[in-house]
Amino acid sequence: MSAVVESRESQFETFSYDDKLTKMFAIATMVWGVVALFLGVWVAFELATYKMNLDSPYFTFGRLRPLHTNAAIFAFVGNAIFAGIYYSTPRLLKTRMASDLMGRIHFWGWQLIIVAAAISLPLGYTTSKEYAELEWPIDIAVALVWVTFGVNFFLTLKQRRERHIYVAIWFYIATIITVAVLYVVNNLEVPVSWMKSYSLFAGVQDALVQWWYGHNAVAFFLTTPFLGLMYYFIPKAVNRPVYSYRLSIIHFWSLIFVYIWAGPHHLLYSALPEWVQTVGMAFSIALWAPSWGGMINGLLTLRGAWDRVRKEPILKFFATAVTFYGMATFEGPLLSIKSVNAIGHFTDWIVGHVHAGTIGWNYMMTAGVLYYMVPKLWKTELWSQRLANIQFWSATIGLLLYIMSMWTAGITQGLMWRAVDETGKLVYPDFVETVIKIIPMYWVRAFGGVLVLFGFILLIINLYKTIKLAPKEENQEEEKFKALPLSASPLDTHGGPHRKLEGLTLLFSVLSFVAIIIGSMIELLPALLSNNFIAKDARVKPYRPLEVAGRDIFVREGCYTCHSQLVRPMAAEKLRYGRVSTAAEYVYDRPFQWGSRRIGPDLMRVGGKYNHMWHYRHMLNPREVTPGSIMPNYPWLFKNKVKFEALTKKLNVLAALGAPYSKEEIDNAPMLAKEHAQKIMNELEAGGVKKKMIDKEIVALIAYLQRLGTDLGGDDEISSVE
Amino acid sequence: MEIIKFLIPMALGMGMIFVGLFIWSTRSGQFDDLDTPSKRMLLEDDETHLVNKPITHERKDV
Repeated sequence: MSAVVESRESQFETFSYDDKLTKMFAIATMVWGVVALFLGVWVAFELATYKMNLDSPYFTFGRLRPLHTNAAIFAFVGNAIFAGIYYSTPRLLKTRMASDLMGRIHFWGWQLIIVAAAISLPLGYTTSKEYAELEWPIDIAVALVWVTFGVNFFLTLKQRRERHIYVAIWFYIATIITVAVLYVVNNLEVPVSWMKSYSLFAGVQDALVQWWYGHNAVAFFLTTPFLGLMYYFIPKAVNRPVYSYRLSIIHFWSLIFVYIWAGPHHLLYSALPEWVQTVGMAFSIALWAPSWGGMINGLLTLRGAWDRVRKEPILKFFATAVTFYGMATFEGPLLSIKSVNAIGHFTDWIVGHVHAGTIGWNYMMTAGVLYYMVPKLWKTELWSQRLANIQFWSATIGLLLYIMSMWTAGITQGLMWRAVDETGKLVYPDFVETVIKIIPMYWVRAFGGVLVLFGFILLIINLYKTIKLAPKEENQEEEKFKALPLSASPLDTHGGPHRKLEGLTLLFSVLSFVAIIIGSMIELLPALLSNNFIAKDARVKPYRPLEVAGRDIFVREGCYTCHSQLVRPMAAEKLRYGRVSTAAEYVYDRPFQWGSRRIGPDLMRVGGKYNHMWHYRHMLNPREVTPGSIMPNYPWLFKNKVKFEALTKKLNVLAALGAPYSKEEIDNAPMLAKEHAQKIMNELEAGGVKKKMIDKEIVALIAYLQRLGTDLGGDDEISSVE
Repeated sequence: MEIIKFLIPMALGMGMIFVGLFIWSTRSGQFDDLDTPSKRMLLEDDETHLVNKPITHERKDV
């Protein structure tokens, strides 16, 4: 017996963990967490009172909201994911991460990308695709850094000393693979210049790709890596095995398989073909089961330890996080049902839903992970349990205020939009009425956000003190660990490894055959049917040069964050906005501008609705023409000059992507734009506007707004809705 | 709707990759053991020893 022990003893390999990298990511999480939450609070106040927009381009809601979402997802949650993965992966695999250098490249690369985003988004460099707003050079950097992370991760897997890969690792693998695919596909774009590009896809197609990406950013950036963290940190924190390992396997595989399909539920009642919407809806409802598999497994891991949940802040955060995960993944399938979506879509209900996920699940998990990890990394105790408890209550109450105010605001506004009286008229024909009604809720939400931010500041104080009081690093030797090599723990085989290999070859042959057949069939089918889906309409023409310039301003200012361009096939929408949108109308839209939230009214049919002078005064001060409006002022549009010369290049790129511009049109684009501007100026001058405004951005923007939705001409019959 | 031709096979492809990985991981014995992995992850500090500390206990499975 002892001889055997001796021989095993000599086989032990020594290794250590690169905890320095984990510490760097943990600190980055705290720093960016405060930034992301502060930005969230700021934009929340911007909706409560327009004055917070400061009349400055760099602080308008349209530019800051994308910065908030990107900071929250990629900077705050992103760094938390990396910290958690770099902490748990080596410990689960009993090895150091494969490359210290790749870890450093990953860290500094990611922080540089965040800084680039923080500079470029307020400056107006944006692709306007939600959560993928970063322009093409930054996209390339993201892809490169992500690949570095992936390579480092898979090399680490290869050198592991633990035969069985624990469930957390599976979630990390799915994250790394899928995010790479999603990010690359959705960011396929053709550069026009440094920091300006046009999407490779147009209109309906662009919308479909965007929300395939958008929903899976939620799935594979905010969910799967955090489920991995849940599977590591919750059992560790309570020192109990996960409730059911079998359940974790089942819900893992079903979750990642089903999630990919759910994207089109963001486009219900849109111009997207009906069957795609139905597929998206069906898979979204199916998603409920695997999501709750994760929730049940997480919560039941705490079984028998609920007395500790009462006392230990870490467990409070974890239990609350998993509860909110369960709630958000119940609300999601609910909102994916078309009839529910009809009320919820474009309203604050969706905003509340998102924050139940990001604050309830990601923020709470991150807080728990940091409180667990930081004292362990710095080999000390948490400075104050009390402060952590205060944070917990502050964040939880803040979150509840947030969600409940958004439910109220969303359902109120959704019902007001669709209210029609017995004579068939809208009860609230003025859109602004439905906005003014919910402003009190915006104050409640902003206050809730302050509590969430306040909690996070407490976390930073607490962890700063913890780190400061920790024993000095120089005095510590890097901890060394020992484990047997992988070869020492041979696979448990029933029929011998060779037999398995045989089985695999056959299996893979069959699988690839199935993949080819299904892929080919699905590929052929829509090709045969696609003419029925997008009936090309000869009346739809590409944007004229000045309208292209105006559209780029519309994109730059992030108008899509408050205004949709999509009239849904519903009686109330038709009454309020006019003709229902058709797919054919969007074929030249790169990127599409359907938006996801109507803080202001839909703009699909705004063309010709008001005169030029109305738009001129409206952009200068919206309250002058719409009392009670919460839209920011846009004074800089009256100072900045249109870059007419850039239009040739832009039209060239758009033509290469399929817009039928003639060569003459492209070559003379600047001149054509100026002529167009002169026509608009003629009317504006009659209204008292000075002649020198002719080359200002406001004129281009008016040109674009007046073009919107006018191609199909006058009104149609409501029967075409059906 | 051109993109459908690309997206559906891609979604199916990704799904198939995951199904394939699932079958492979099952066949390769990843999930044969439904009991110890969830407990082993808790034991890391026992399983791996500090070099400077002598290993005192015998492994039960030997």
